[in-house]
Amino acid sequence: MPLNITIIDYEMGNLKSIYKCLKHLNIEAKITDNPKLILDSDGVILPGVGAFGDAMMHLKEKNLIPIIKQLIKDNKPLFGVCLGLHLLYSKGYEMGEFEGLDIIQGEVIIFDNSKVDKIPQIGWNNVEFQNDKHFLIQGIPNNSYFYFVHSFYGIPKNKEQVVGLTKYGEIEFCSIVSKDNVFATQFHPEKSSKYGIQIYQNFVDFCKR
Amino acid sequence: MPLTKRIIPCLDVTEGRVVKGTRFINLRDAGDAVELGAFYDDQGADELVFLDITASSDKRKILIELVERTGEQVFIPFTVGGGLRTVKDIKEILRAGADKISLNTAAVKNPKLISEGAKIFGAQCIVTAIDAKRVYVEAPEYAKDKVIIKIDNDRYCWWEVYIHGGRTPTGKDAILWGEEATNLGSGEILLTSMDKDGTRDGYDLELTKAFSERLNVPIIASGGAGNPQHIIDAFSLGKADAALAASIFHYNEYPIKIVKQECKKSGISMRL
Repeated sequence: MPLNITIIDYEMGNLKSIYKCLKHLNIEAKITDNPKLILDSDGVILPGVGAFGDAMMHLKEKNLIPIIKQLIKDNKPLFGVCLGLHLLYSKGYEMGEFEGLDIIQGEVIIFDNSKVDKIPQIGWNNVEFQNDKHFLIQGIPNNSYFYFVHSFYGIPKNKEQVVGLTKYGEIEFCSIVSKDNVFATQFHPEKSSKYGIQIYQNFVDFCKR
Repeated sequence: MPLTKRIIPCLDVTEGRVVKGTRFINLRDAGDAVELGAFYDDQGADELVFLDITASSDKRKILIELVERTGEQVFIPFTVGGGLRTVKDIKEILRAGADKISLNTAAVKNPKLISEGAKIFGAQCIVTAIDAKRVYVEAPEYAKDKVIIKIDNDRYCWWEVYIHGGRTPTGKDAILWGEEATNLGSGEILLTSMDKDGTRDGYDLELTKAFSERLNVPIIASGGAGNPQHIIDAFSLGKADAALAASIFHYNEYPIKIVKQECKKSGISMRL
């Protein structure tokens, strides 16, 4: 049986680049909003570019919130990217205050403009690994560079969930977060050249377990 | 180790093939665009820019195919520009897999295209490309409605925006236009010096610096790169966030890796 990976389609952002990155790894992922397909898969990716409130609204309209919570109950591997990471938190403060999926306890806030040069952060920044043994970063040297585009970042309450830290201006933020079988990166691995591809490879390998 | 400065090879394309213009004329073929893009990714390029110089809407299909194919082989961000005139054009290119689009002539003629694009797709994917050319004046008071910069040898100048691939002067001040584009929601400026483009004797550092100091978005310096020192100067003296170059990379005269190593040696933050 080929590995069954789904990318959740909720009309937020560039799903195709993740699809193509997986295809490069010989994985034919499904881009879908179909609850059954999502629940039946070996691993799920929650992508996203855009605003927190809009994204939660789309997930709600498509009735995907209970589906994602079911994935957590089933202990299915779930990988959030960028906005997909934000949504995993309890609350987001992008253009208002919004409830998140509350899978990772904590909040998503905007960079303090007195502590950083420009908002959004656009470009390559390094990630300092906090847990070398984590499966997601195997084969990747510590402090490797990844591609970021964001104005907001998440702060997990439980610091043990921090797998990677990144410094922008005077702010150090959590750029890789993980809890049980849920993993997420603030950066875009699909746009981060070979080490980004390695992150997807590691996720795919995890899904095979 | 903070956010790095970016090195961006630019691929001028027509019908899926790369060409490089010298001062916007004398085109010569330099290879398959996707293959070259993947090669640059492998070499350590931080981003790519594809500029479609045919820029005619009947050839749009070929451009979209190029974007689709690029996404299959290139795993760094890439920007696509050239002849995009409407929100529909922008949508097609982004849907095909580009991370950003750049607007030039169309944005000058219809600045609302920037705000509409930014509102729908996000400021981070709308790049305004500005082709700027120096206009020297004897003294600042001779051009009161322009941003005059004092340059070397006690000379003064402002920069005029050109459109239609550098053929048509507009009378518009480039710095003021840059500020307007940013206010409308453009997330980045791709700034080309027409005086320097194709000369290979360095970027227009005064132009780059003037933009970097005034605008609150990343500035991509373009036009004039002939060796690694020019790129170092664009970052250290021109205060650019990214440096774009074409011919010095295309013929592997200065491989990207070498350029990045030279930059790092000079104390510039680089992804190696």
